[in-house]
Parts: sequence; structure tokens; C-alpha cells
Amino acid sequence: MAYDKFNILTSSAVPLPIENVDTDQIIPARFLKATKREGFGDNLFRDWRYNGDDTPKADFVLNNPTYSGKILVGGKNFGSGSSREHAAWAVYDYGFRAVVSSFFADIFKGNCLNIGVLPVQISPEFLENIFKAIEADPKTELEINLPAQTITLLSTGEQESFAINGYKKNNMINGFDDIDYLQNIKEDIKAFADKLPY
Amino acid sequence: MSKTLFDKVWDSHVVRKIEDGPDVFFIDRHFIHEVTSPVAFLGLKSRGVNVLYPERTFATADHNTPTINQHLPVQDPLSANQLKALEDNANEYGISHWGLGHQKNGIVHVVGPENGITLPGATIVCGDSHTSTHGAFGAIAFGIGTSEVEMVLSTQCIMQPKPKKMRINVNGQLSKGVGPKDVALYIIAQLTTSGGTGYFVEYAGNVFENMTMEGRMTVCNLSIEMGARGGMIAPDQTTFDFLEGRLYAPKGEAWTKAVEYWKTLKTDPDAVFDAELNIRAEDIEPMITYGTNPGMGIGITKHIPNAKEVEGGEETYKKSLAYMGFNEDDVMIGKQIDYVFLGSCTNGRIEDFRAFAEIVKGRKKADNVTAWLVPGSHVVEAQIKEEGILDILTEAGFVLRQPGCSACLAMNDDKVPAGKYAVSTSNRNFEGRQGPGSRTLLASPIMAAAAAVTGKLTDPRELF
Repeated sequence: MAYDKFNILTSSAVPLPIENVDTDQIIPARFLKATKREGFGDNLFRDWRYNGDDTPKADFVLNNPTYSGKILVGGKNFGSGSSREHAAWAVYDYGFRAVVSSFFADIFKGNCLNIGVLPVQISPEFLENIFKAIEADPKTELEINLPAQTITLLSTGEQESFAINGYKKNNMINGFDDIDYLQNIKEDIKAFADKLPY
Repeated sequence: MSKTLFDKVWDSHVVRKIEDGPDVFFIDRHFIHEVTSPVAFLGLKSRGVNVLYPERTFATADHNTPTINQHLPVQDPLSANQLKALEDNANEYGISHWGLGHQKNGIVHVVGPENGITLPGATIVCGDSHTSTHGAFGAIAFGIGTSEVEMVLSTQCIMQPKPKKMRINVNGQLSKGVGPKDVALYIIAQLTTSGGTGYFVEYAGNVFENMTMEGRMTVCNLSIEMGARGGMIAPDQTTFDFLEGRLYAPKGEAWTKAVEYWKTLKTDPDAVFDAELNIRAEDIEPMITYGTNPGMGIGITKHIPNAKEVEGGEETYKKSLAYMGFNEDDVMIGKQIDYVFLGSCTNGRIEDFRAFAEIVKGRKKADNVTAWLVPGSHVVEAQIKEEGILDILTEAGFVLRQPGCSACLAMNDDKVPAGKYAVSTSNRNFEGRQGPGSRTLLASPIMAAAAAVTGKLTDPRELF
């Protein structure tokens, strides 16, 4: 199923300078009971964002109107833990189109790529500079250029390249997904299956 | 060219390689449960495609199920709706379904091996990160997202770049009171929660060779907790003995042929790994976690490390200790606890209940402790009764619940209240994992048992 195309994204960013942000924080298990992909953004970072009585926690970044944008910037090892794609859905549904970190957990990264959220892995030093720049000016913008595979901190011009394989890059730019690809090689898959021991 | 065990299984399942892209990877066995599959079925419907090989997918309900009164209708309407969706989808597409109340029902990673669905050399996926459990049989098994569940349902393939390879060797003699869970928590503490990211692990060495299948499953289960996609152990006689005669295992001539093939599934002597870690079995103590990720574990006799001694950011570390209500340099032994959870895909098998019973036998549950003992499946539950373990547990003041994932992720009513401490044999101590505000200490079944009868963290070796 096609998803949003990703080309060049220029936006301010929301900083979350915490390491090992796990998928249970991104979306706690008790909010995984839906049978449709709807409304997960409401529960993004639920227990960091709201008190037990559902009142917002004033000190959490998503409740601070100073910070906004389509880019989430997180600390090292972002998305560790469970395979729940709901975590990526929550990030997307809230309005983020890219997540920037110095290191991503594997499954979360794959899930993001499968639904059209771009994970951008950069050096720890650049990540630190981005956090500092946002702290100094919350309106500071990042430019993520997928065709060129670069991310730029526009206030200083500091730029880094990021890695993504050519196949996934093409998918994201065009809004293609893997299932369409696999559907088109079904006959090859069947022939392959016939030769397997089980 | 020399190959590792992982290479042999991976390479034999690549349908095609995409240049500058992932491999099209064929999946032999696919498990689904009620939480991560409904949206995948919706996807099939909106595309108007069918399930390609329904006989390769197996459905069981576990994440959301109650662990008491399973004969009654499920109270929570959202949970009931998800369970119904799984059943309806399985029926519509001709997929076998072991729902709530079915005698084969249980945690997906317990029932798969129990029924011989898990086989050496197979590729196995499920929308659950602890699918790595099945690697204990020499299978490549790992967790996938819901988009990939849809891919497997519709084409029996996913698209995956081949991970790098790591071998973790543990050799020597484990000391008394140190078991598979401790070995795994020790490894994760060495590697940290992200040290295995990008790798697929092979566990090797005499410690794993001497381990039971239950123990190997515990170790492989926790591979994801160091960031690795999965972990595997070369199949051997222990593996074959476990599988022979199980429901879906090959029979007769097919069995003989299968075993012949399985015996080839080992790493060639000169095969090369991208990373290798060597651990002395003698260095491992009974382990306990003190923080909010599984890498934050120490030997039970140790003090909580100082922020400066640990890798990673000081701020994150202090936030974690504050959540737990602990301080740097705290001694773990003697800390008061409130809950004990024995169960989960990590430690919900018969051997775990035997170990727990060995400690609590002739003792009494401490009054300040609420204990949830949850078997991984009905088969485990029946075995607990048959072996007389239930009598020991009952005598000691414990109650046995019904199978399910339960308090491991607290999707059902088994929630640890805010601020309370739970010694859990499960796999994650993330903030709020066992209920909003809950504080989890991961440990082995005997560590949990020692805490359950003393009401505080206790070195289980003192109770032998």
C-alpha cells in the first residue's frame, strides 16, 4: 500500500535527549488493543506525557508548545525493545515524518521504514550539536534531503550524510512498499517453496 | 567457502537478492497472536489478496488473555474484540487457531516448540520480538512488525538485509545457583542493551551444549534484550530428543532424514564471525537487575554501580535509578519487594516451575508478597500438576494461575501497582512495563522463589 512520499523535509524538531527510549515508553502495551490503525498518536509517550489521572505533565517536551515540528530527535539506541509496529504508527500518527538519533534499535528502524517514517542515523557529536542548537533556539530548523542522503542544521550549515540502502530509498521517495514488490514475484516464491524441506 | 550455522540457514532461504537492498527471505513457519496481527489482516482485505500458505501460519491467543477464570467471557471489551478478531481471521483464511480455552493454548513461544512446529534449520517469524526463543533449536527466528506480518501472510516472505554475525562463547563450569537466565542477564550486562544491535548471535561453548532445551530457549529468548535480532544454538542430540514424537515433528523415515540434515547444521571450524565474545562460566553469579533496561544487571552480592562507572549518559542513568527508587552504591540483598512473577516466554516452562518449587518446598510465601505464578501453556500447567509441583506450591501458600503472557507486559489485569517492586522472571524491566509506575527486577526462577519466601531480595544460594 502506498504511503506518503518522502523527498526533502525542512522542519523544526522536538528534542528528547534520553538514551535507550524503548517501545514501551513510545506506546505502552495497554494501548495496543485496537484492531485498526487509528489514533495511536494520542498515546505516544503516554506515561511520560500524562499523569495517572490523564492530566498533562507540564515538564514533558510534547506538552511544551515551545517545541514543535515534523522531526523527532532522540538519544542513543532509540526504539529498543518490542517489535510492536504500533510504536512507529504512534510516531507517525502524532505527525512526525523523521526520527533522528545516533543509534536505532533494529526492529523499530525497520518498522519506520515500512510505514514511511525516515530514521536518520547521525554521529553522536552532530546529535549533541543539534540538541544544543534546539535548546538555544527551539525554532531552529533541520533539513533532511533523502535523495542526497544529507541532514543539515540550517542555523550553522553543519551537515552529515546518512545511510539508507538504495532499494528502501527509492521506496520512500516514491511511496512504494515491500508488499507490492513481493506480490509481483509470487510465482518465483512458490517455485522456491516447492524445493524447501519444510 | 566456510559457513556459520546462521549462514547455512539464512542462505538456504534467500529467494533473491536485491542489489543495494535487502534479501527476499522465505519464512517456513509463522506465528500470529491477537495484538500484532489484526491490522495485517485488514491490509490483506484492502488489497484484496489471500493468505498464500495458511498451513505455514499458526495462531494462538496469549498477550491479552486473563489468567484466571478463562472459562468465563473476557471482561475487557477491547481485549475480547482482539481475541475475536484473531479467531475470525484464522477461520476466514484457514489458519489453525489455538484460542483461549483450547487445550493447546499458551504463550506462542512456549507452544511452538512444545508441538514441534519449531524445527532446526527452519526460518520462523512472529510479530513479537521474543520470537528469538526458537533459535534454541538451530532455527533462524526473530520478531517482525505488522507490515511484515502482512508480507508473510500474503507472500510467505519478508525483505531483510542479512545481519552481521556474532558468536558468544561461554565455557567452564557454572556454579551452583547459576542458571540459563543468569547467563543471559550476565551477557546482556556485558554487551549493554544495544551491544548486539545489527547482529545475529550464535551461542557456543560447553555451557550451552550442556543446557536443556528449556534453558537454551531462555537464553535465545533474551537475545533481543542486547539488541540482537536473534540468537541460535546448533542442534544436537538434546534437540532431537526434545523434538522426537511431537505433534508437528517429522515422523518415521522423514524423521531419520531430517535428523541427518540437522546434523549438518553447525558452524564450520574455520568460519568467520564479525564479532566474538568469550565468557568464563565461573565469573557468573546469580543476577538481578536494578534499572530500567535489561542491560542494567549485576550479581546479587554486588552494589549498584556509580554513574561514572557505566557506559552511556549520566542523566539517563540517574533518571533510571530515580524511577526505581534506588541510589548508586546501594546493596541489592535485603531490599524489600512486593510482587513476584514467575512466568512469560522467558521462564514459563516446566523446568522453571521445578526450580521455583525446589526453593519454596517446605517454606511459606512471605506475607508481604503477592505472587503470580503463570504457566506458559496448558501443557506446562498439566505437567506441574502431574509432577506434584502444584502440591508443593499450594503447601507453601502459592496459587497457580492459567497460561498467558500475563504480568510480563500487563496487557491484561495482571498489573503491578505504581511504585511497587516486582521480582520477575520475565524479560523487560522498562518503566511501566508491568503496569504504570511499576518497578521490575529481572531475575531467575530461583531468585524469584527466594524473594517470594523471604519477602526481600535474597541470595538464593543461601536457601539450598
